[in-house]
Amino acid sequence: MTAGVDLGDPQAQAIRSDEDVVRVRQLVRTVAVAVRLSLVDQTKLVTAASELARNTLVYGGGGSAEVSTVDNGRRRGVRIVFADDGPGIADLDLALTDGYTTGGGLGLGLSGARRLVDEFDIDTGPGRGTRITVTKWSR
Amino acid sequence: MERVPVLKIGDILLVSIQVDMSDQTAVQLQEDLAERIVATGCHGVIIDITALDIVDSFVGRMLSTIASISKVLDAETVVVGMRPAVAITLVELGLSLNGIRTALNVERGMELIAATRDDDYGYDDLDEPGDQSTDTR
Repeated sequence: MTAGVDLGDPQAQAIRSDEDVVRVRQLVRTVAVAVRLSLVDQTKLVTAASELARNTLVYGGGGSAEVSTVDNGRRRGVRIVFADDGPGIADLDLALTDGYTTGGGLGLGLSGARRLVDEFDIDTGPGRGTRITVTKWSR
Repeated sequence: MERVPVLKIGDILLVSIQVDMSDQTAVQLQEDLAERIVATGCHGVIIDITALDIVDSFVGRMLSTIASISKVLDAETVVVGMRPAVAITLVELGLSLNGIRTALNVERGMELIAATRDDDYGYDDLDEPGDQSTDTR
């Protein structure tokens, strides 16, 4: 599971529109730069955040992203929590399969985002929304 | 909503994406480009993504769709200027950018389009068998 201590206040961004997805990307990049992730790791994290923020909007009907910095004593990292009160994911294994989609996309959002981060935690179920926590650590 | 400008340079449409596009802006660009291809009769489209920090699955799909649309409208699309970190991330994300031709920069993209057009409509095609009806003595 996820480890580490939060550093400073988490920053929240509501996800209610297309423009909010852009704002999530920008917020995540700012924090990733502050934590000094490498350029490739910044790019991976921002890309993952973009996929997950879009999922929150499209499938969850909107929600929020909370971005914080974490420290496990050896390394610093960025943690993002995406939460929505949407219908939840009924079959998680299927949803995490490359190419599976219910929304007309490429079906790479969830599975691709998981590959791009170091830790990926998902809490969901029919009728209780979806909460996804991802963490990327500095090298 | 921001709009990405489409510039016409000779026989080529040049799109240089300079903003962090919302999904809506990306879809609008797709439509704008299709209209401009038909309106101008251009045979090449160059999409410069030098300024893009990331290409996620939505933008990746948009690039593939633009390439397919322009092909149907008799134009070649070349995506240029992808950053190394973006390429690494795209591959890990699992995006294959089907049907998209790439070049390192705008100049090479233009060369690639010119070379493709020469192959398709070059001199070889001009002297097909049956064209040798004239006697030039």
